[in-house]
This record gives sequence, structure tokens and C-alpha cells, in this order.
Amino acid sequence: MKRLPTGGRLIDRTTTFDMIFNSRRITAHPGDTVAAALMANGERMVGRSFKYHRPRGIVASGAEEPNALMNMGEGEWLEPNQRSTVTPVVKGQSFESQNHWPSLEFDVGVINAKLSRFFPAGFYYKTFMRPRWAWKHLFEPVIRQSAGLGKAPDQPDPDSYEQFYAYTDVLIVGGGIAGLHAALEAGRAGAKVLLLEQNPNLGGRALVDVVDIDGKPSPDWIAATIAALEDMPNVTIRTATMAAGVFDHGYVTAQEQVATYTQGSDAPRHRLWRIRATRIITATGAIERPLTFAGNDIPGVMLAAAVRDYAELYATAPGERTIIVTNNDDAYRTALTLHSAGIAVPVVLDARPEATGTLPEQARAAGIRIETNAAIAKVHGKRKVTSVDICDHTGAGDVRETIPCDSVAMSGGWSPVVHLWSHCGGKLNWDEANAMFAPDPKRPPTGDDGEGFVIPAGSATGDLHATQALANAAEAGRQAAIEAGFTPSVGAAPLATAPTEYPMLPVWMMPINAPYKLRSKAFLDFQNDVKASDVALAAREGFTSVEHTKRYTTLGMATDQGKLSNINGLAILAESLNTPIPQVGTTTFRPPYTPISLAAIAGDARGPLFKPTRKTAMDAWHDANGADWEPVADWRRPYTYVRDGETKRDAVHREILNTRNHVGMLDASTLGKILVKGPDAGKFLDLIYTNMMSSLAVGKCRYGLMCSENGFLFDDGVVARLSEDSFLCHTTSGGSDRVHAWMEEWLQTEWWDLQVYTANLTEQYAQIAVVGPDARNVLESMGGMNVSREALPFMTFAEGELAGIPARAYRISFSGELSYEIAVPASRGQEFWDAALAAGAAHSIMPYGTEALHVMRAEKGFIMIGDETDGTVTPLDLNLGWAVSKKKEDFIGKRALEREFFHRTDRKQLVGLMPENPDDVLPDGAHAVEPGTNIYGQKNMIGHVTSTYYSPTLKHGIAMALIKGGAQRLGETLSFPLEGGKVIKAKIVDPVFYDKEGARQNV
Amino acid sequence: MLKLTCPYCGVTGEETEFHAGGEAHLKRFGPGSGDEDFTNYLFSRKNPRGVHFERWRHQYGCGKWFHAARDTGTLEVFGTYTAQTGEPPADIVAKIKAKRPEWEGFA
Repeated sequence: MKRLPTGGRLIDRTTTFDMIFNSRRITAHPGDTVAAALMANGERMVGRSFKYHRPRGIVASGAEEPNALMNMGEGEWLEPNQRSTVTPVVKGQSFESQNHWPSLEFDVGVINAKLSRFFPAGFYYKTFMRPRWAWKHLFEPVIRQSAGLGKAPDQPDPDSYEQFYAYTDVLIVGGGIAGLHAALEAGRAGAKVLLLEQNPNLGGRALVDVVDIDGKPSPDWIAATIAALEDMPNVTIRTATMAAGVFDHGYVTAQEQVATYTQGSDAPRHRLWRIRATRIITATGAIERPLTFAGNDIPGVMLAAAVRDYAELYATAPGERTIIVTNNDDAYRTALTLHSAGIAVPVVLDARPEATGTLPEQARAAGIRIETNAAIAKVHGKRKVTSVDICDHTGAGDVRETIPCDSVAMSGGWSPVVHLWSHCGGKLNWDEANAMFAPDPKRPPTGDDGEGFVIPAGSATGDLHATQALANAAEAGRQAAIEAGFTPSVGAAPLATAPTEYPMLPVWMMPINAPYKLRSKAFLDFQNDVKASDVALAAREGFTSVEHTKRYTTLGMATDQGKLSNINGLAILAESLNTPIPQVGTTTFRPPYTPISLAAIAGDARGPLFKPTRKTAMDAWHDANGADWEPVADWRRPYTYVRDGETKRDAVHREILNTRNHVGMLDASTLGKILVKGPDAGKFLDLIYTNMMSSLAVGKCRYGLMCSENGFLFDDGVVARLSEDSFLCHTTSGGSDRVHAWMEEWLQTEWWDLQVYTANLTEQYAQIAVVGPDARNVLESMGGMNVSREALPFMTFAEGELAGIPARAYRISFSGELSYEIAVPASRGQEFWDAALAAGAAHSIMPYGTEALHVMRAEKGFIMIGDETDGTVTPLDLNLGWAVSKKKEDFIGKRALEREFFHRTDRKQLVGLMPENPDDVLPDGAHAVEPGTNIYGQKNMIGHVTSTYYSPTLKHGIAMALIKGGAQRLGETLSFPLEGGKVIKAKIVDPVFYDKEGARQNV
Repeated sequence: MLKLTCPYCGVTGEETEFHAGGEAHLKRFGPGSGDEDFTNYLFSRKNPRGVHFERWRHQYGCGKWFHAARDTGTLEVFGTYTAQTGEPPADIVAKIKAKRPEWEGFA
């Protein structure tokens, strides 16, 4: 089939260009969709089905298309599963059909179709159960090879994507006559209106099914209405923009296809609209349903309305002899359209006992043969339709006649598009006469004011006839404007005049009494290959809930989400269960309406913007001096500074030994610093920390612990009392925001009578630890404040200047060495760092990273939040009972710590471990195992390693572990079996491995 | 995604601007309380389909905690109010009563 001599409302017939389909050149006109161009070039088969690899052709003309999905583009521009029915063509663009190997014409997967008796519903669940090893090693790899739709791209996406926030009084979804007129009504009332249409063109069905509106043919009325809307500054129209979901309180997401092809342009590909609307009008139209008969999936069998869409909009058709099969009057429009375009319509098969409406009479008058109580028993053909067997609809498929043809146009009635209505809780009623679910206007989704915020309009209400659809759209536009606070003008709504249509006849299986042989070739879900017989089988096997049947058979679970198949499927389920359809109900409608790209959802939040990295004031210096970076919460910190010729391990050991023997420097700026100030600051901190803080003297520091109300340790750090009413609380690097929020929560919601103010000062200071036996010498040579033992003893702080920079120096130590942590304004951090490096050169100062910090703290037995704690560990478990006040009446966690099981002696408790072999380093998380088995028959695990390092100071592996009853097991040797059969034996020791008396830090 | 209005700064924001803090008006049981009271305080939460009082924090705004009275079924928000109260204020209670006559009241 080439182009029809007339028609083609959306294409420019004066221009042609080429596109590529499966390496073949295809001629197209501007305005074509890819599917239209394929049809106009006689391409009947556009893909193979998912499970049986049956040949498949184009079925629909819009977003509901199940079959004609394509791989678009190549290399980094490859994008799978593009619906060719809504993808515009562009010169030279290449497309490839999916689901076949090695080629569309010769596909080995077709063997599945021969075996279809053996691939019933639930096949995977029934077949691949035994032996268990075979799933992972045999079945799954083979299934993965043969399953799937398009190819996943193997290169990063070069396109950009963006997001856009919009606020509007009235959002209208759908740009058919209902949506356009509703926009006009709301716009005239003065409301801010946003109208979204998923297709590139406005007008909807009335572009094809021309009706008279106030004396004008609908296409003229549409053009005039668009012009009127474009003149209104308060109305915005976006085409190629699909409203994907309706969410709480009038939140709507929509995806705009900004550019289908972006090669050579810097336009974003998709734009995700994030919309808040006071009222939403869903003028989403209706979708035609297929009929369920044997062979309804053979290429050339299409929806009746789609056939006339291709004829009217793109001047093409699926064949030259088209049989129409229907249960309603609407499909006669297709017969009339084809007939006047010169395409043979050998017969219209109408399942109803009689066909006497206006449209059937027009067809009769045109000389078209009409058969009533007629059905298709079977379609013949493999890769294209060759003929149709006709039978009585009320029978069991006895063939009356076989009629040759090359295409079939089917219509099983229409279903309103209720997805957006339903997403946020709008309820549906079953409309018996039209055999469809339609919105119940009395049960809309409700917004924050408790009122309904979605108003259906047009045929999406279930009023399929143009006259009512346009009338209710006018009403919807006015109602939305009023509810958004505007006053609509009074005036008559436009009147659409169209032929009356006689009632349709619900047809779920054609013919009614079709035997299994026919039912097992009658497809419901074309994309997932679900047949009428599969749903019946699921019902027999006890899957009586529609949600269970869906998952068991995969009906409606493909990328089209059952837009064509769901109603037919649940009707057949209802029939199998002998239950009325409304009682079976629908599956849940979930966003998005059609697939949207993950890239649009991510927007700009990718690459470095996915999660911005926090950097300290000295970050650039670290980077230029060999820093091997490690993420620490949102920060990056140097793990170690690697020099030429060193491994990371060498570097860490050098840094540790240099710090222990001479002096090292650490960028400790990431530590949380929270100022707590006010007359009740001390009282408040007594509640927040497990130990007493109100008794801390001004100028002194104290290590403190914080527990949750459940008694578990969650943060720690040194508190400095700056003045009578202010404290500076240091937190872990990862905990600063959390701890600040925690303090605020208690202050605002429980102890709001306390006069306390908190501020997170973490980023206001650069904090540099100068650590080691020569630390004091280095600071003294920088010049400034007195840092002597007498002036600044251990666990005190002082304020002054060092190297001319205002500084607060804390005598605190996380390494066990003589140690100062110097806080300077962040803006002067690098200056201080440089000055300390220069002053320390004579003492062989070097910076050290987080790993040296960790090893040195472990050598001293200091715990690390997140290593020794995991949310189930109490201070008592970590031998930190000394930091839990017995004097205070209350603190967060006190009541919990009184619970007796926290005092059981067989809880896991912190111990130190020394492997028997000094060179052994236990793996992190290794389990200690005792002989015997536990109640589950597993190895008897009694605890695990929480921190483990090789100590260059001790020349020995060391570890910390939480071991059952560990406090009483000093001196015992434990076994740690590793992968590969090796067992490390380690002795339980005091977790303070080095300088137990603390002599080195207190000098 | 809910819309909420912070009663402190008056800003109406997206749910992503706020941080949900669970059931409101819990009574804290501290040292000296019985096991049952303490267990309920720590672990037992209401989960009604209908009228509910919740804690929210204007996380990416003014930073203040506040309370919201909401219907978890219809998503209607009856009002937001200060966190510094042990029970919902009378005007909020009256508003809920007017809209939900069958509501058993704050307990």
C-alpha cells in the first residue's frame, strides 16, 4: 500500500525524505509518525511478540500501541521501546524492530509459539522450581537471553534533561474538542490555564471523526478555538507533553518531548513539568478496545478508529481489502472512510442481532455488505492477514464463509481514559450500557481543602457522543474556574451535531462459545502475549482476584500497562468466575500514564550535582598534595597522602610513625561544631548527653555521649564550655546535621520552656589537629598564644592568636599523643595550614589522613561511631559506663538504660583482639565462632570484628570486636574462620593497646 | 505530594520542603515510669484511616517543628498549629468536629 490519493491532514505531501528501518530506506513526509511512514511503505510486520515471538504489526495510532516499539538511533543515541505511533519522523533517523534474533523475518524464538501449549500462564512458576541450582546457572541465563523488549544502550546518555515548576489555577489534560473548549471557558473567566496534549497536534478525534460544531466542520472549529486560546495571555498550551500522574493536593507531573532528536542541538530532550493546579480537568478521551478472536494479533488486524486515523491524517492504510468487525455503530465510520478512499470493504461483521443506526444505514446505502450476528471465527495468515473465517457470534465458531482480505479493522467499544482520574483516589462506576468503567463524579480525589480537585470532561466522562461531550466540557471549564475563584461568563455552550448511535453489545469472546482451540489463539495482551485461555486458566487455578490474575498471567504488565487489554481481560476473568464485572473490579491505575524517562526524573541531579560534595577550606591543597580521597558523610577527606613510589599502606604507616615520633597534621574541619547558648544551656545539655555537662568549668573540655530514647549510642564528641551560658559541642563528621536537628527537635517539641539557642557552626571554622611529641614546639615557633603545659593543660582550651591568625586551641587528643586542635575562621584555614607546615618543617611535620587517624585511635581503644556502634549498642556495651551519669535525674536514654536486659552479662561487649600471628589482620566484620551450633543449626557465632588494622606502632595486627560476654573473657583465644578455610586465632585483650596510662598525651 | 502551610513563617510548601515526624502529642515517659507506659511511648503509634495529628518540621525553610491535623484517608488538611502544646487547639478541634461529626475527638 502506498499513499491514498486524498487525505493526509497532518502531512506535507509536497516534501519527502528518507528514514531507515531495519537498514532499509523508507520514504516519509514531514508530519508522519514513524508508524505511518512504515505503513505507507508497505511494512506490515514491525516486531515480534515478547513470549511466543509471533509476528506483530501496528495496532493503534496513539500512545496505547502495544506492538510497534522500536530501538531508535544508534550508539550513544540509542533509545529502546520508542512507540512509533507517536514518534515523529526525521530525515535519516534509523529505527530497528525488537524482540527477534537474528532478524525480524527469521527468528529462532518462534519455536516458543510451537510450544505454546507448554508455556501457559504461570509457566515460570511451575517449571523452573527444580533442581534449585538450575535457576541461577541454567534457566535464568537462557530466559534473560531470549526475553526483553529493546536493547539497553551500552553508552552514557549524551542528552540533557530538565525540570520545570508550574503553578496554575486550572490544568487541562487533553487537547481534543473537550479540552480546548474547557480551556476557553476557564480562560475567559480569567483563570490561569495550562493545557497539555500528549500528541504533537491538537484536535483529538474530531480531526478525523468530523462533526458539526455551531455550523462549522470540527477541524475548522478546532483551528478557530486554538487561535482564540493563543490570543489569551492567561492560557498556555503545550503539545507533545504527556501528563504522567496526578498526585496529592493537585500535584501533577508531565513529560514534554522537547526534541525527539537532539543530535547537533543543545536542546534538552525531555522536560519534566512539576505542576500544582487548583483544579485539574481530565479531557483525556477514550481508547478503543480490541475484540478477542482467534488470530487477532496477525499483522494487518488493527483497531477500527486507528485505521481511519491513518487514512485521514496520513493518507495511508493497512491494506487494500479491509474487513470490519464490530459490536457498535462507530466502526461503520471506518467502513465509510475506507470506502470513499477507494479501499475495498468486503463486509462489515456486526455481532449485534441487527444494525439499523444512522451510520450502518449510511454504509448500507453506500453498497457495503453488512452481516449481523456475525463474528470472526479465525483470521488466516502468518506474517499478514490472508482471509477471515466468518461464523455466528452466538455460536461456537462453525464457519459460515471464508472471505479473502489483507486487513481487519476491529472495534469492541470504547473505554474512557480514567487513569489520571484514578491515580489519586477517584472512583469508577461500571456503565452497563456501554460496558465500560467511567468516573463517578460523586467520588473524586480530594485535595487539602477536602473538595474534589479533578473534573473529568468530554468522552473521558463516559459520554462518548460529541454533543454531550462538548456540553459537559463547557460545564467542567466553568466549574473549574468557579472553584479556583473566578466568575465565568454566561453564554450558550457550543453545540456539536453528530449522528445518533445505537447501543453497543458487550462482546468479550468472539464467538461467544469459542472452544479452547480458538481461545488459545485469541490474544488479550499483545505486548505480553496473554491469551483468553490464560486468564481462564488462572481463574481455574484459583487466582480469583484481578490483582493476582494480572501478576500470574502478566496481563497488563507490559510497557503499555494494559491500555487495550485490561477491560477485556477482567471481563473474561469475570466470565470465568461467573461474577459481575464491577465485582471483579479493575487493577490499580498507577502513574505514569505512559513511560517517562528516568533521566527526566533525575533532571540536573546527575554527575557532580547528584550529591554535591562538601569540601573543607584546605581541600585544594590536599588535592594538589597526593590526597587519596575518601567519602565521609557528604564530605571528602584525604584517606592518606601518597608520595611517589609508595603504596597507600606505606603512606598510612609513614604518617602514623611520623606522628607518633615527631609531629603530624590533620584537617579535622569536618567535625560537627554546634553552639548551644542560653541561660538553660547547661540544663539542656544534661538532658542531651548521658554525662553531666552543667558541671563543666568554663575553659574546660569533656568527652560526651548521646543516646537515643531507646538507650542506644548514636553520637559522641568533645564539649567545650566557652562561657557561663555557652557550650560548643563537637559531633562526628557525619552527625553534625543530625545532632543539630535532634537538639532542635527536643527544644521545640518537648522542652520548649528552656531558654536555649543552637546554631550549627560546622562550616564557620577550619579545624587543624597538630599532633605528636613535637606539636608544642611547632605551635610555639608559630608565635602567639601561650600553649605551654601550665597555660593549656590537657582537656582545656584557650583563645588567642597563632601566626597572627585568631585561634581557639583545644588540648584534646584522639591519637593518644600530645595534641592540639586549632580552630580558626574557615576563611583563614589555608593560611594557618601553610603556617603550620612551614613552622613544622624543622620537626619533619607531615599531614596525615583519615586512615592514620583511625589506626591511631584504635591503638588507643577509642571507639568510632558507626564502627563500634550500629544502632543496637549501648554505652555500657562499650565499657563507657563511666560516661553515663548516675546522678542526673533524667537524660535521653536514661529510662531505657534502666531496662534489665541492658545489664545482662552475656550481651556483646567491646574487647580488644591480638591475632596469634602478628602479621595477621582480621577482616572487618569477621565472626568469632565457638564449637557447636545455635538453635537454627548454624555455626555458633558469638560476635564480630568492628575495627581492624595493622598497627605499625606495635608491629602487630590489632582489632576491636563485640563479643558475647566479652568483659569476662579477657585472655581467652577465639577462632575466626575465614573464606577458603583459613582460621585466624586471636586473643582477647584490653582494647587500649598502646600507652595504657595515657602518659604521652598528658605532657 | 502534600502541600502544607508552616504556621511559623506562613509559607505554603511542597511536602519535600518538610520532614515528617510521626504522631503528635506523645507524652514522654522518662525515668521512673512503668514498663508498659515506657514501651507504649517508645513503640506504639496510632495509624488511623481518618483524622490524625502529626508532627512536621519545616526542614528546608524556617526549621521549626509544627503540628498538622489531617485526614489520612481523604488527605484533607484541617490546619497546622504550634508544636508547643500538649493537645490540639480548640479552633482546630471545632473545625474537625464540624467536618467530621462522627469523629470521636482527640484522645
